[in-house]
Amino acid sequence: MSLCSPGIKAKFKLDRGEFNLDVDLDLPGRGVTALFGPSGSGKTTLLRLIAGLDREPGLLKVNGEVWQDDTSFVPTHRRSLGYVFQEASLFPHLTTRHNLEYGMKRVPREERRVDLGRVLDLLGIGHLLERKPDRLSGGERQRVAIGRALLTSPRVLLMDEPLSALDMARKQEILPYLERLHDELDIPILYVSHAPDEVVRLADYIVVLNNGRAVAEGPLAETLARLDLPIRLGEDVGVVLDAVIGERDEAWHLARADFVGGGLWVRDNGLPCGHHVRVRILARDVSLSLTHREDTSILNLMQGTVTQIADDNHPALVLVRAQVGEASIVARLTKRSTSTLGLLPGKPVWVQIKAVALIG
Amino acid sequence: MTPDDLIAVLLTLKLAGVTTILLLLIATPIAWWLAHTRSHWKEPVGALLNLPLVMPPTVLGFYLLLTLGPQGPVGHLTEAIGLGRLPFTFWGLVVGSVLFSMPFAVQPIQNSFEVMGSRPMEVAATLRAGFMDRFLSVAVPLARPGFLTAIVLAFSHTVGEFGVVLMLGGNIPGETQVVSLAIYNHVESMEYGPAHLLAGGMVAFAFVVLLSLNLLARRREP
Repeated sequence: MSLCSPGIKAKFKLDRGEFNLDVDLDLPGRGVTALFGPSGSGKTTLLRLIAGLDREPGLLKVNGEVWQDDTSFVPTHRRSLGYVFQEASLFPHLTTRHNLEYGMKRVPREERRVDLGRVLDLLGIGHLLERKPDRLSGGERQRVAIGRALLTSPRVLLMDEPLSALDMARKQEILPYLERLHDELDIPILYVSHAPDEVVRLADYIVVLNNGRAVAEGPLAETLARLDLPIRLGEDVGVVLDAVIGERDEAWHLARADFVGGGLWVRDNGLPCGHHVRVRILARDVSLSLTHREDTSILNLMQGTVTQIADDNHPALVLVRAQVGEASIVARLTKRSTSTLGLLPGKPVWVQIKAVALIG
Repeated sequence: MTPDDLIAVLLTLKLAGVTTILLLLIATPIAWWLAHTRSHWKEPVGALLNLPLVMPPTVLGFYLLLTLGPQGPVGHLTEAIGLGRLPFTFWGLVVGSVLFSMPFAVQPIQNSFEVMGSRPMEVAATLRAGFMDRFLSVAVPLARPGFLTAIVLAFSHTVGEFGVVLMLGGNIPGETQVVSLAIYNHVESMEYGPAHLLAGGMVAFAFVVLLSLNLLARRREP
């Protein structure tokens, strides 16, 4: 990716004794990029450097515009960005309306591309306009904070664990709104999170940070299918596939999610044909077989080829990656089974998928 | 009330008013700096500003008299730039009162800024507000309780001042004779009636001030 193309070039190196950050990233200029890693890995530090809230030597270009290099540093308020903090941080002395308008009013009229009505609609906050923040629920506050950031029509939206201060129910309340942002607005999002479920649901691109270094980066599906990541998306190793609802079997309440290379039968939850969905397949729900088994309760059977075998975190287990069409699927097997079946890269197998989760 | 007493009351209110306004302008940036700096100078500067809390007012008045007087460094300066001498004038009293009431203005404002933390200003910066813009639209409204306390304390503390104004202002009716000095004069001349009137007025004023501070504090609680 060249420096002039749309995208974010971020190169920072800092040494604060116990904490180091050393990254050189070229991030896509569209979609949701997750900065994923355990706490203390440098995610928030990196986001604050990109926002200019903290200052350390480095190079930062956003869509070809230099925000920081050796000689210049654009202060935060002159950067076209939106920032959503972990806590909503609404101004307590202002109503929802004035919170939303705070940033919007400070952007020249001709640069406003995001419409107030649209944001109210997208985030479902139209009925809260005259309330002060202390009369809003946690989820409502965070939605207003997201709206407030969007209304500055930013070139990039930075989100620092926007859901982590919320309980599970509030989180589930906001996630669909975040998906709508992703689908309906053409604003690239940098999304800091340590929650695998948020990342697999929202991200298109992922940067895995550990101890201040980017240990992996790439498109989400591709990166999740890598077996050599030192950091896993939690205990649940698995892959994510982007798919389209291709057929609905109303008699059995099933729907088929088609991806390049196959189709997966999932529970039909009412999505129409043609709807884009994301499915997650955990490695523990995948088994491999050398022959096509008809007498099985498993619904999803697909032909594939073993591409890689790697150790798992227990000496009895291995992770096996199989190529199915253009997708990669990872299975967690015992070493014994792998040996019994004689699995090696290049070997054709039948991939049996016991469970598929439809996310978003 | 004698005409002289009335003049003393009006002069006192004028002194307290001017002092309070100047203090807000001076104490706000100092409070902001103290609340945010990580400099080694923070503690010494804070201690210096708080000296009037523990020092006899006459000591401050004495040194100001020397510094601002014709032989003092500041006195030289004020004469050189045509401001004339400050001691025994109204503006001399203002200078003394500003310094004397400084801690009462700085501390509540500083506390408010510290309680507020840096987050609101960071949020405002990400919403395109430059420093003065976000200071006035976010920091000042959020620190409002601190400002109100500072105003009330600075004003009432100036009204109640005696030592500094005596040392620095003399006791000139209409120019530097404030209520506390007028009471002193009345008692010296055994005029207990007018002394009672002014002293009682001061008591009532102090009570109203403290009551309103308490009410203010209560309203702030959620």
